[in-house]
Amino acid sequence: MSTAEATAAPPAGQAGQLARTPGAARGWLRLLGSELRLVFRRLRNLALLAVLAALPILLGIALRLAAPRGGGGPESSFIDQLAGNGVFLAFIAITIMIALVLPLAVAVISGDSMAGEASLGTLRYLLTVPAGRTRLLAAKYVTIVVFGLTACCVVVVAALATGAALFPIGPVTLLSGNTVSLGQGLLRVLFVTLYVAGAMAALGAIGLAISTFTEHPIGAIATVLVLAVGSEIADNIPQFATVQPYLPTHWWLDFDSLLRTPIDTSTLLRGLLSFGIYAVIFCSIAWARFTSADVTA
Amino acid sequence: MSAARPDSAQAPAADGGPGSQEDAPLPGPGEAEPASGAGAAAGPAITTSGLTKRFRGGQVAVDDLGLAVPRGAVYGFLGPNGSGKTTTIRMLLGLIYPTRGGVRLLGEPVPGASARVLPRVGSLVEGPAFYPYLSGRANLARIDAADRTADPRTAPARIDAALDRVGLLSAARKRYRAYSLGMKQRLAIATALLRPRELIILDEPTNGLDPQGTREVRGLIREIATDGVTVLVSSHLLAEVEQICTHVGVMRTGRLVFQGTLDELRSRGSRRIVIRTTQATEAAKTMAALGLPDIQSADGEVSAQLADHSPERICRELVLAGVGVAGLDTPRPNLEDLFVGLTGEGFDVDG
Repeated sequence: MSTAEATAAPPAGQAGQLARTPGAARGWLRLLGSELRLVFRRLRNLALLAVLAALPILLGIALRLAAPRGGGGPESSFIDQLAGNGVFLAFIAITIMIALVLPLAVAVISGDSMAGEASLGTLRYLLTVPAGRTRLLAAKYVTIVVFGLTACCVVVVAALATGAALFPIGPVTLLSGNTVSLGQGLLRVLFVTLYVAGAMAALGAIGLAISTFTEHPIGAIATVLVLAVGSEIADNIPQFATVQPYLPTHWWLDFDSLLRTPIDTSTLLRGLLSFGIYAVIFCSIAWARFTSADVTA
Repeated sequence: MSAARPDSAQAPAADGGPGSQEDAPLPGPGEAEPASGAGAAAGPAITTSGLTKRFRGGQVAVDDLGLAVPRGAVYGFLGPNGSGKTTTIRMLLGLIYPTRGGVRLLGEPVPGASARVLPRVGSLVEGPAFYPYLSGRANLARIDAADRTADPRTAPARIDAALDRVGLLSAARKRYRAYSLGMKQRLAIATALLRPRELIILDEPTNGLDPQGTREVRGLIREIATDGVTVLVSSHLLAEVEQICTHVGVMRTGRLVFQGTLDELRSRGSRRIVIRTTQATEAAKTMAALGLPDIQSADGEVSAQLADHSPERICRELVLAGVGVAGLDTPRPNLEDLFVGLTGEGFDVDG
């Protein structure tokens, strides 16, 4: 079955067959654009992004009201650092929201990706166009990754803006006690954002795979969320120590290496490797399932 | 009448048509294709050979199906609900993979050459399905964007032309959610009209429509067919397709029990002779003497199966026997009756 599909997505050799049509790449970008518009114009998804923006603002206000005056000492906690510098609100917001809210947003988009089309019945219309199964899956996954990155950016930008409004801004004192310039601090914020977006991309691949197995988007979304939360819980139970490095969420919080000097790059790289492996495995599962499944919805 | 005779179902659809290719062996889906261009236009629009689908759980939805839809035909694909029509159509369009057998659309194997052939095929599968929060126009734009062979520069014009053709242009900006059932159905047909097609496959296009909507859809199909486009339209209602079809295929429990032109279907039915007379008993006696089967008498009318007898001879014999013949008729067989005969009881389960 998958061999048949391989010919459906024309390899370079067959490009001549489609010579009178726009290039394959341009056609695919058009499909991707359509996917992105579908996700980013949908009211539900915009509401999700609004929640992601509102939470750091509420967090900033709450911390501002509760904050003791005066800077924190060396090796102090996130919260203490905040009183000295608004940039830290970005790290605090990411740390809190990566536990549940960010995975929730990614679970909604990824779980809905295929199952949503199947439940509406639009999947059969797309496939008879024909959109091409591999082609459609690729557009869906890129859209999930873009949404995950957008979600992280929304959190960080909202947090930075709130931090700048409510707290002093200046050279950033890191968790290890060293102080770096504001520009250096913002660069680290950017790296943290990208690292967390990588974590969300891995979770998105899991969601995409689950989504190809069902016609019920709510079921797929719930499954992704249960997996993420279950993995986070298992990661905190000492008896699971041997499997913990292999859990999908194990490396999520290791972005705090970026808040120390010197940066612990080996931990970061192991985290990114874990995300990459999860993405490859679950995208493969999604592809194997979707290209061989009968579409009866 | 013996209801199901699957062996006779394989009769070629176009009787004695030039170069009828439906008997040609179908190459496997993986085989290399000769360049398909103008030469392919002569072949049939749809052929399936030994098409079989067994779902997980063992249920055989489609069993050894041999469809042959000639180019330019309006093919009525008939059968009760659950007889395997939709499963067949899903296999034709590459949504479901056959357990055995192969499909060729416009001479190309499906799903092997789906990317090449499906852009030339417009379809509506099992009712309309769109994004409820998008407008009709945005929904069509979404479908068009998925077509790698469609030119994005002409998309707005093509979308509006398709909407206009199904009479939805004035409702183009309305959300799909707010569409009536008839409008939804027409929007689904519009997706098949987004670009010029060689073949259009419509699965139950009038399902759930009121008589007015049904008439509109029927007119649309007729109009599409006059452009030389081959149309396959499935239905569980004979009356719905009888007026527009040139060919019919009849399914029953996953098997094709008849395939051919409408006239061929009619000729399958045994014609009857109906005599109006005041001397019913004598007429019946004479007919029995002639050896006519199935003689029935009621209300001053005596009827019998015509079998091989000529009406002229029967009339003469009746007159010679002293029966006053007030009227004589040999009505065409009732298609509805033929149909129920082919598909069995419970044909019209929800009509």
